[in-house]
Amino acid sequence: MTPNAWIQILAFLVVLVALVKPLGAFMARVYEGQPCGLDKPLGFLERLTYRVAGIQPDQPMNWKTYAIAVLMFNLLGGLVVYALQRLQGFLPLNPEHLGAVSPDLAWNTAISFISNTNWQSYSGETTLSYLTQMLGLTVQNFVSAATGMAVLVALIRGIRGRQTDHIGNFWVDLVRSTLYILLPLSFVLALILVSQGVVQTLSPYKQVSLIQPVSYVQSTTNAAGKTMHQTVWVKHQVLPLGPAASQIAIKQLGTNGGGFFGVNSAHPFENPNPLSNFLEVLAILLIPAALCYTFGRMVGDTRQGWAILAAMLIIFVPLMIGCVWAEHSGNPKIAALGVNQQSSALMSGGNMEGKETRFGVTDSAIWAAVTTAASNGSVNSMHDSFTPLGGLVPMWLMELGEVIFGGVGSGLYGMLMFVIVAVFIAGLMVGRTPEYLGKKIEAFEMKMATICVLVPPALVLVTTAIACVTVMGTSAIANPGAHGFSEILYWASSTGNNNGSAFAGLSTNTPFYNIAGGILMWVSRYFLIVPTLALAGAFARKKQVPVSSGTLPTHDALFTGWLVATVVLIGALTFLPALALGPVVEYLHLWH
Amino acid sequence: MAAKSTSLFNGAITRRAVVESFKKLDPRIQFRNPVMFVVYIGSILTSGLFIQALFAHGEAAPGFILAISLWLWFTVLFANFAEAMAEGRGKAQADTLRKARRDTPARKLAEAHRDARVQSVSATTLRKGDIILAQAGDLIAADGEVIEGIASVDESAITGESAPVIRESGGDRSSVTGGTRVLSDWLMIRVACNPGETFLDRMIAMVEGAKRQKTPNEIALNILLAKLTIIFLLATVTLLPFSIYAVNAAGRGVPVPVTVLVALLVCLIPTTIGGLLSAIGIAGMDRMIQKNVIATSGRAVEAAGNVDVLLLDKTGTITLGNRQAVNFIPAKGVTVEQLADAAQLSSFADETPEGRSIVVLAKDRYKLRGRELSSMHAQFIPFTAQTRMSGVDCDGRKIRKGAADAIAAYVAELGGVYPDSVKAAVDEISRRGGTPLAVADGPSVLGVIELKDIVKGGIKERFAELRRMGIKTVMITGDNPLTAAAIAAEAGVDDFLAQATPETKLKLIREYQQGGRLVAMTGDGTNDAPALAQADVAVAMNSGTQAAKEAGNMVDLDSNPTKLIEVIETGKQLLMTRGSLTTFSIANDVSKYFAIIPAIFVGIYPAMGRLNIMHLATPKSAIMSAVIFNALIIIVLIPLALRGVKYRPMPAGKLLLQNVLLYGVGGLIVPFIGIKLIDMALVAMHLA
Repeated sequence: MTPNAWIQILAFLVVLVALVKPLGAFMARVYEGQPCGLDKPLGFLERLTYRVAGIQPDQPMNWKTYAIAVLMFNLLGGLVVYALQRLQGFLPLNPEHLGAVSPDLAWNTAISFISNTNWQSYSGETTLSYLTQMLGLTVQNFVSAATGMAVLVALIRGIRGRQTDHIGNFWVDLVRSTLYILLPLSFVLALILVSQGVVQTLSPYKQVSLIQPVSYVQSTTNAAGKTMHQTVWVKHQVLPLGPAASQIAIKQLGTNGGGFFGVNSAHPFENPNPLSNFLEVLAILLIPAALCYTFGRMVGDTRQGWAILAAMLIIFVPLMIGCVWAEHSGNPKIAALGVNQQSSALMSGGNMEGKETRFGVTDSAIWAAVTTAASNGSVNSMHDSFTPLGGLVPMWLMELGEVIFGGVGSGLYGMLMFVIVAVFIAGLMVGRTPEYLGKKIEAFEMKMATICVLVPPALVLVTTAIACVTVMGTSAIANPGAHGFSEILYWASSTGNNNGSAFAGLSTNTPFYNIAGGILMWVSRYFLIVPTLALAGAFARKKQVPVSSGTLPTHDALFTGWLVATVVLIGALTFLPALALGPVVEYLHLWH
Repeated sequence: MAAKSTSLFNGAITRRAVVESFKKLDPRIQFRNPVMFVVYIGSILTSGLFIQALFAHGEAAPGFILAISLWLWFTVLFANFAEAMAEGRGKAQADTLRKARRDTPARKLAEAHRDARVQSVSATTLRKGDIILAQAGDLIAADGEVIEGIASVDESAITGESAPVIRESGGDRSSVTGGTRVLSDWLMIRVACNPGETFLDRMIAMVEGAKRQKTPNEIALNILLAKLTIIFLLATVTLLPFSIYAVNAAGRGVPVPVTVLVALLVCLIPTTIGGLLSAIGIAGMDRMIQKNVIATSGRAVEAAGNVDVLLLDKTGTITLGNRQAVNFIPAKGVTVEQLADAAQLSSFADETPEGRSIVVLAKDRYKLRGRELSSMHAQFIPFTAQTRMSGVDCDGRKIRKGAADAIAAYVAELGGVYPDSVKAAVDEISRRGGTPLAVADGPSVLGVIELKDIVKGGIKERFAELRRMGIKTVMITGDNPLTAAAIAAEAGVDDFLAQATPETKLKLIREYQQGGRLVAMTGDGTNDAPALAQADVAVAMNSGTQAAKEAGNMVDLDSNPTKLIEVIETGKQLLMTRGSLTTFSIANDVSKYFAIIPAIFVGIYPAMGRLNIMHLATPKSAIMSAVIFNALIIIVLIPLALRGVKYRPMPAGKLLLQNVLLYGVGGLIVPFIGIKLIDMALVAMHLA
């Protein structure tokens, strides 16, 4: 690893951690309904929304009402996205006259965007109209993120509630998340991105003349069975355009990840230079990290939030460094051919396959770790081409259940489920009925928490198993051998944990992968949201147990370490056999 | 208890447990434990595969399948054995108890009158509310309340204490237990419960574990273990399709045989804790019984571990039962010897502990020996509620001692003066929390004896311990707040409730509970019953009333109020043992992966051999070693499960660190060593 790599990693972490407290405190004020500075200029919009939608903002909900509101709202969103895709041919803002999206792809995409997964089986520029992108996807980019944040806030209210049924009002949490947090941050980020060259326009695609025309030889077989060679000259190129900057800002901030263009943030119009790259990668982790502080603030003990953030960082940082290191190490098979993979002033060195020269190995590997730690899934390089261990890092970060930062809101509430499991075992070990933040953890809480911990790995393992022994599964594989298995495992891990990152190499725009992926994304989102809200309701009804020296402290280094061990051990024990047959054996073969 | 503590592996119990382990192979019993049920199914499955391999083309060598299958059966049997051992220890005690529950004839009275018509009936026909008569030599036929009579009763069958106790109607000694024997006199008893519900029945059911219901934490832990089992089930089942893909991709090797998948599954699921879980629970109850505490449910034992507030009666718990003289403070112009002499004289005939302590103090401090009282023509004046004084008239002296105001009135009547120096001393003693007794000789006041509650030795340290455990101690006393505060400070309790009445006690408990705390208390009197019923952990003294015993959820046969502290420790131990073994069990899995994963894939991808970091001899010996270790560790940990993890009072954080290091880190390392050793043994025996 180069000094440059260390500096970049350090700079990224320092800036991220420095932003946690200010943003976290701001979000806490938003959710507590306290003055946050933006309520003055934007408050009229909030009130207008409530009036138009007929929402009584001061009417609290119990967990069931809250859950029904979440599900109904998401169902409606899904129907709109599906309809937009199917009907886009008849709708305006479709300068390229793109036709209806196939039913299985439309289903996959609809679930993908309402569930904050943003898996893309399609290429935006050749499939979706501007209207679909803006009214369907961008809207869902905001509200799916806001849904995750709302569920988290409901859980926090449950934890600090005292013998009450109420866990807040979903509509208020949704509106306030969107209006005061997501919109302003996206607005600022979009403007900066535009200043760096990200496109933002409604004009049709542009055809431009190439400064340096290129040629290639095309081979065809004529009727007589004779092979003909023909040199083709390419003098023009079509540049896809569109309202990209506004969508990219929220795609990063809301841990969505669905790119405007097919190659996502590897595309120069989405991510033109190292500065835009830094801001985009920072935007991915910004809200999930800051929400830890918001959590601490709202439960009345910021140390609790820092402890969780520390646990996330303890897992994340070594994995990120490992990924950067693996990519810098390059490929021994290529080295054996006498190719220089050393980093130098003129080249980044390492494993450059599938990476953008303007980003190099370091920025690509950092992005890969960040985007999979958070359930973002946007890419600036092709993870399929990473070295085995470099590819193992993003795969395993997803398999940990998207709790190391994870999705906005969803990452933290997922992590809190692990906290509950960790507290339970640790609590037993100190000889008391386990409690977290004054709430006793009993059979019902355990049931809900373990469902949340169990569902994603179950989905991933079962679908991978089905895909790797059926023709409809294996026919999509691009690479032979163990790497093909890695491709399927990565796909299942990504959709089964609502990440949306693609390994590439797997042709997933088939009915099997579209439908199965849709099911995975649907189950792993809503079969976690409902138990989480049920848990919030159960916590809210409980008494608050006062703290004594017999209480297990959950803010200190020991508990943080214990939490790390719990997450890592469950993640490792669940996926070790599968990983052994994928990236691990690839590694053993490559470095022999 | 006749057998106070049985050694851990008692021969008879062990033999019976071996038989029981086989009886417990009944699927209906196995089904109750999800983790072990999976092993059970796996054992059946591999046995079937073995038979298939014998008679047809099997998936692996029959010998190998048989070996795996046998060790899986051993795993199930070992878990059964652990449970049977725990139950067996209880059963041995139940048998002793059962001897006391012989079907005794009872003298049933037609009405609650000594001379009512007596009908001889079997004890089993007695119903709640019946009146029975028990005469000297009779076994009392049922639990009940004495409504008339006084008798000495031998309760050794229940308490193990051979000295007879007095049972009488009214007051706090009115409850009798079925199966105890009346030694003298007679008792008229109102039966308090129906057959099968008696204290003895409950005790037997408890120690046998027959009525053992899963406690809340056990249920929650079972949920966690079941979910982990599902995860591991999926992780292993999916290995078959994964390996089919790998075989196709690599173009060599064979998919993983089902036998090996079952072996891997059994190694991964938390069998260590799953197999020992019920044994831990039963052993917890058993430990309570060895401490002579009968809990009405496992839930109560577990709740004891969660107690945050401990309510303790002052008298008998924090202080010795009675006040003692500690000081003589003479009036002006009187020497301390004079006062001591008069005080001793007045107390010779006073048989109360206070009186005895005055004699002893005078003797110890001023060398005043007993005198020949008969020669002094002494006449003793006993204490009465009217005079509130006692004393002696001898050689013309009229010595009186008593409450300060009573003495003041006495001397005033005789024309004497109550001196200010005495008044000051009285106030000073009251302020310190002592009880002043004034002494007068005729009209002149000689001084004051200071009586004091004596805080039990070592109790302060116990309270400090409790504080470290995070438990708040509250002293309950009928004393005035001044006295209470003084004793509270001396004993080192955190808080006190002075001038306590049943109502204020109940209110205090409710207040603590409202604040989310769990309250434990002890009590013996009928007036304690409401508070006992309200408290989360309520230990009734066996010497107490039936009402108190009914209201509590534990009964202490030794009637020792400080036992509550041990009860709390046992409750904590119970949870800690479960938690620690869960951690150990899960931590074990890491090494098992390192043993089994390379072994099963090395045929498909030879490069996997590099993951065999333990250098196990062959793939088969690697799998065998892991399975054998997994089975043997259950046996090795049975003593720990029965005895419980050691508990020393310390803050939760420290305790966690200690157990994480011991059972977490230990759980990571130990199986690496164990599996390697077993592998070496297999190689040495040419079984690899």
